[in-house]
Amino acid sequence: MEESVSKYASRGVDIKSLKAKVNSSSSVIYFCFIILLKIDRFVWTNGLLEMNETVVIQQRGVRVYDGEDSVFIRRYLVWIQQKFLKCLSQIIFFEEQTAGIGKSAKIVIHLHQALENKEPGPYQHSKYSYIELSFNEHVQIEFYRRLTEEMTQKRWENTPVSQPIPTGPKAGRTCAVGIVGIERKLEEKRKETDKNISEAFEDLSKLMEKAKEMVELSKSIANKIKDKQGDITEDETIRFKSYLLSMGIANPVTRETHGSGTQYHIQLAKQLGDMLQAPLEERGGMMALTEVYCLVNRARGMELLSPEDLVNACKMFGSLKLPLRLRVFDSGVMVVQLQSHSEEEMIASALDNVSDKGSLTAEEFAKLLGLSVLLAKERLLLAEKMGHLCRDDSVESLRFYPNLF
Amino acid sequence: MHRRGVGAGAIAKKKLAEAKYKERGTVLAEDQIAQMSKQLETFKTHLEEFASKHKQEIRKNSQFRVQFQEMCATIGVDPLASGKGFWSEMLGVGDFYYELGVQIIEVCLALKHRNGGLITLDELHHRVLKGRGKFAQDVSQDDLVRAIKKLKAMGNGFGMIPVGGSYLVQSVPAELNMDHTVVLQLAEKKGYVTVSEIRDSLKWERERASHVLDHLLKEGLAWLDSQAVGEPQYWLPALFSELLSRDVTPEEANQMTP
Repeated sequence: MEESVSKYASRGVDIKSLKAKVNSSSSVIYFCFIILLKIDRFVWTNGLLEMNETVVIQQRGVRVYDGEDSVFIRRYLVWIQQKFLKCLSQIIFFEEQTAGIGKSAKIVIHLHQALENKEPGPYQHSKYSYIELSFNEHVQIEFYRRLTEEMTQKRWENTPVSQPIPTGPKAGRTCAVGIVGIERKLEEKRKETDKNISEAFEDLSKLMEKAKEMVELSKSIANKIKDKQGDITEDETIRFKSYLLSMGIANPVTRETHGSGTQYHIQLAKQLGDMLQAPLEERGGMMALTEVYCLVNRARGMELLSPEDLVNACKMFGSLKLPLRLRVFDSGVMVVQLQSHSEEEMIASALDNVSDKGSLTAEEFAKLLGLSVLLAKERLLLAEKMGHLCRDDSVESLRFYPNLF
Repeated sequence: MHRRGVGAGAIAKKKLAEAKYKERGTVLAEDQIAQMSKQLETFKTHLEEFASKHKQEIRKNSQFRVQFQEMCATIGVDPLASGKGFWSEMLGVGDFYYELGVQIIEVCLALKHRNGGLITLDELHHRVLKGRGKFAQDVSQDDLVRAIKKLKAMGNGFGMIPVGGSYLVQSVPAELNMDHTVVLQLAEKKGYVTVSEIRDSLKWERERASHVLDHLLKEGLAWLDSQAVGEPQYWLPALFSELLSRDVTPEEANQMTP
């Protein structure tokens, strides 16, 4: 109890004791509802039964939710059925809510507005007009049953002090006016949304089952291809690859998601060959692949390329005899470059520029040529690798000089 | 390509092979491919049905997206592998993430000169949302993480470093090993770190600490404040905005200006 008290105290809730009878071994099942009404309508009691109260059932480990905000009391939920006004009379309507993914099953209890003169309770004010109770599975069934029983019996009305109050499931739906009505509508909408989501999840699961079958089949096929069981034509191999592509299944043999060589990538490569000529010329014959990705997808607007699509298409440049090449630098940076801008040319131009200025950093070189810093650096590194430049690596910068050795 | 499998002799041979395989109870690969073709058509229909009912969920509900992605991963399917895949074409998952990829690249590029190519996931999230405008779909950090994972296919640029409960997103191919990562994590609390702090918390020698910090400086990921009281401080611009937004509210800022 102590640690719970301090935990809640730190949240600004002044907790006295939420008492509960811990007699689970008792032969009589007690159903106590100490927490009257909503969180902001909850009032403290000292846990002792008042005169006309009987304990109906008690349960450990019940969570109480204020509206949809999660747990703040996770303790014994004790429900005292009071013959006086408070408790059950404040319940307009209650229902079960089935479990969803990541959510437990709950009982939702809708409540009246707080009474003006209510005594102090855990919260003074809350924006929701319903609470949710979350139990263990089988307990929920029991609780629901008892609650229904109590509500229908309306034992509290048998006392002389009771007022006629519309409660119970039957009265719920006819209360369509005022705040209650609005809340009802919100509740229905929420249920509708929830239903959609759970339906969506159900459908998703079924879909995934079928997808799984496809995956199994493709594995079997790939194994057979590997073991050469049967006569596979090249056409069939291409078809198979395109099936893998459609499903997003990794080729079990090569581990690529489809490898290059599908019709789609061939087409794509040709498109890129056309599309990238001008931009590459403008940028000194070289563009980082990420730049290309942005350029192409921005231009397309819809039916965008995945990063893998782009890479696989670019890999085909060579075999399709297109004037572009995909190139991977030592650092791992991938670029597309024009065939016409040969390596020697680039290195020679780098050397010229550096000699001209005496020395250059990547930033300076980038500015000079109108390149991105990344690519400028790669060129300088390349020239260095070929022995034409050497570096001066200091904390301030990496500077390149002509190699005079 | 020479023509295989033509002529009476070839047909007979094929029949023989088929019979032999059927005897042993195995199915030929080409039969299976034909089977797969049919199953694919059926699957496509199911997917279309699913899309017609739930396409909106994917777009609107980030929780649903997470669930969807996880299920795909479990069965060994990558819905984002290709824009030509069924998932992408019919559910529109592809476009969502690929476009996000573009936005991520652009944000990182725009800020690179300032933070050297390192940015917190929070700041990235914030800026991407801003860039998308009020009426665009919501994106969660999980969405960003998945998009970034896909971007990795395009070269060494992109990576994620776990720091202080979240991530730093790296968008340049700077080599960052364990030592660098640990120092970044140490710097996360205050936005800067000193050699002494490193020696105290990590128990490294001065040499090692200096080496790591120098590397960060060189890569443009850290800035040196040599005028700091005490000893020089190494600041990480990637962590700046976090701190600024956390510490100073607009009201306080107004109070502070003379």
